[in-house]
Formats: sequence, C-alpha cells, structure tokens
Amino acid sequence: MASLGELERAVMDLLWAGHEAATANTLRDLLAQSTEATGGAAGHEGKELAVTTVLTVLSRLEKKGLVERERGTRPHRYQAVSSREDHTAELMHEVLGSAPDREAVLARFIGSVTESEAETLRKLLGHI
Amino acid sequence: MFWTSYLLAVLAIVLAWPVPIFLSRAQWPARSPFTAMLLWQAIALAGGLSMIGAMLVYGLEPIGDNLIAGLRALAGMVLFNAPTTALGFWHLFALSAAALLTAHLVFTLLLTYYKIERQRRRHRELLALLASPSTEGVGTVVISHDSPVAYCLPGGARSVTVLSDGLMAALEPAELRAVLIHENAHLSQRHHLLLWAFAAWRQALPWLPTTRLAQESVNSLIEMLADDVALKTESKATLIKAIAIVASGSASSGAGAGFQPSGTAGLALEGLETAAGVTGSDSARTTASRVSRLLSPRPQLPAAIRGSVLAGCVLLLALPTALLIVPGLLG
Repeated sequence: MASLGELERAVMDLLWAGHEAATANTLRDLLAQSTEATGGAAGHEGKELAVTTVLTVLSRLEKKGLVERERGTRPHRYQAVSSREDHTAELMHEVLGSAPDREAVLARFIGSVTESEAETLRKLLGHI
Repeated sequence: MFWTSYLLAVLAIVLAWPVPIFLSRAQWPARSPFTAMLLWQAIALAGGLSMIGAMLVYGLEPIGDNLIAGLRALAGMVLFNAPTTALGFWHLFALSAAALLTAHLVFTLLLTYYKIERQRRRHRELLALLASPSTEGVGTVVISHDSPVAYCLPGGARSVTVLSDGLMAALEPAELRAVLIHENAHLSQRHHLLLWAFAAWRQALPWLPTTRLAQESVNSLIEMLADDVALKTESKATLIKAIAIVASGSASSGAGAGFQPSGTAGLALEGLETAAGVTGSDSARTTASRVSRLLSPRPQLPAAIRGSVLAGCVLLLALPTALLIVPGLLG
C-alpha cells in the first residue's frame, strides 16, 4: 500500500492533468492504470486499490482546501480547486512577498531587493 | 529594596534605548556575528527581566524586605485575603503592570509560535504536492518556478530546502552548492528558534526601539553566519556570484541577462549601500552588508575582545538576576 501522502500526490496530479471533475471510481481506475503502466509501483504488489481509500484521500484533500466536491450528483464528482500553476504561484507569493512574519516562517537565501539594488548587484557581478 | 527597583529600572531603560542603538550602528558585529548574536540575546533577556523586575520590586516594597518575602506576603493577600492596606495605588499599579507584561510576553511568544507553525504546516502540505525531490540530497526539493528562489522551511526532521527551476538553471554547480550549504546552515544551527524569539519580542513590544533593531540585526547576523559556513568549502567569488545572481534575478522581471561591467566593484558596492541605506528595505540592507563583508573582509575580532563581550553578556544576565534574588538570600 502506498502511503496516503503519495496517494494524495497521485490524485492531485490526475485532477490537475484532467481539468475536469472525476468520481472516486474513475480516479481509482486511473490510479490502477498508472500503477500498471509503471510496472507496479513499490508496495502495491498487484493489490487492488480500494475505492474507500481513494475517498479517504479525497476527503483529506478536501479538508486541506485543495479539491472540491460537486454537490447534487451521485456519486460525487471531485475536482481541483485551482490549477497546479495557481498553487505554485500562491506558494511563491508567500515566499517572495513581504509579509512581516514571513522571515520567521522560512529563511530565504536572499531577501527582496528593489530594481535599483538589483541593478547595482548586476554591475558588481560584471567584476567578479 | 527600594534602591533595587531603581537600579533595575535604569538597567531596563539603558537596554531599551541607547545600548541597542549603539550596537545596531556598530561595525564589529559583521566581523564576529556569533558574538554579536549572543550579545543581542543577552540584551533582550536582561531587558525583559529588569523591566518586569523593576516593577515587581517597586510594588512589593511596602510588604517585604526582599523579593521572596514580598512575594510571600502578596500570595497571602491574593490567596488568603490578608489585608492589603500596606499597598498604595502606585504599588498596586506596578504589580498589575508587572503581571500583565509577563503574561503578555509569554502569550505573544506562544501565539507567534502557533502562527508560524500553522503557516509552515500549510506550506509543507502544498510542497508535498507541488515539489519534486531533488538530486541534490535528502530534504531538498525542486519547485517549478522561473525566478531563482532558494529557501528553507524548518520543521525538525521534516525540514526541507526548496530550490526553484529558475535557480538551478541560473547557477553553476559550485554556486548551487554554496546556496545549499548556506540554507542547511540555517537549519543545522537552528536559526529559526532565534527568528521566532525575536519576532515574538518585536510583536509584543513594537514601540520599543530594541525590538525592531534586535530583529533586524539578528536577521542580518544569521545570514552572515550561514555565509561563513558556506565559505568553509566554497570560494568567496562563488558565494558573491550566487548572491548577486539570485538577488538580481528575483528583482528583475526576467530581464536579468546581460551583465554589463561598468565602474569598479568598489563603486558599485558603494552605490548598493547607499541605495539600501536610504530607501532600501531591511532585507536589501542585509544583502548589502553581506556582500560588502565578502568583498572587503575584515579580520575576526581579537579573542580578548570577543571574550570581554561574552563576559559582558554573562554580566548583563547576572546583574538583574542578582539584584532580584541576592537581597532575599542575604536577608
């Protein structure tokens, strides 16, 4: 059995690639296919991935605010809240932004510099 | 007992205003960042201790000859309804202020910790889905983003160093190594604990000059400490190049190509320091001071001076502690 973390990642990759809502069943089939395609990922050992496991993964992702359920339809169809690029942009905004407590959350190699400071550094670079 | 509270108050004021201003303007911290870091910690701790201690000792003065007797008498008033007539208005005021300040500092420290941890957890969750493991080593991941970005996210065993595609493309292998060593130094030297404590200190008392100056200085000192670790294995030129490439790449909107040599390195640096000093942000000043200490290195402080600064740190902490406790032990 792959870890929940790995499954979360695999499910998100499918939802991000698919661009449309999918049921837990569809996702399970797609996951099984991709496992076969890679010659059986370590740990799966040919065992069928249970739909309940996929549902567990989906509800964890829902709690994290990464997927949403289409209400009203049965079975529920799931889709990604925003694209992979949007999430990356959100993350990078957090890193590059100037939130006052950002410095305590993570340590950047270089803090934000203005364009003129960057220009000076570029000139400096010419001499090394 | 009375003179104790005045001595503590004087110490609190000296540590809240003139000392941090002198230290933040001093040149020597760049030569011995570790010693300077210890001094900032001693100033913050001794400052807080003497501030609270001064109010406590003043408030307890009528009901006890020393801190311990005073606290015992106060406990009697609070817990067993002993008469409080001995305490005047200002004594009660000072005692309440001491209690409030203590609670405020502890509460802010915990709240800041909680906020930081929540942000880090969310960040880690997203990284687990978005970033892929790097070939650079365990705990290093790559995220697909064009700007050159490198940072580390502390979290004990789950600490992770994040590099962007843009960074990997822009840097030579040696420069990338320097960046990784720098970031790993932050993690292994537990710099996040310092950042947390000083962020909370500033959050709790934003109007106090010490807290802002201390946080800015500590931010800059940990970068120098991490640079020094990188310099053990990588050359100065490599590190400077890495800093310049990452800094210029993250500011410009993709127009970072074409470095044009003009003027001299010294002049360029002067320009950088002026630009950063007048209008720049804290982080720009940090970058400027990092580059300048790499370009024109000055020897570490002599051992004798470092020793006396350390002795000063010990004295700073011992003085308020002794003023608070020794009268009780003697009496």
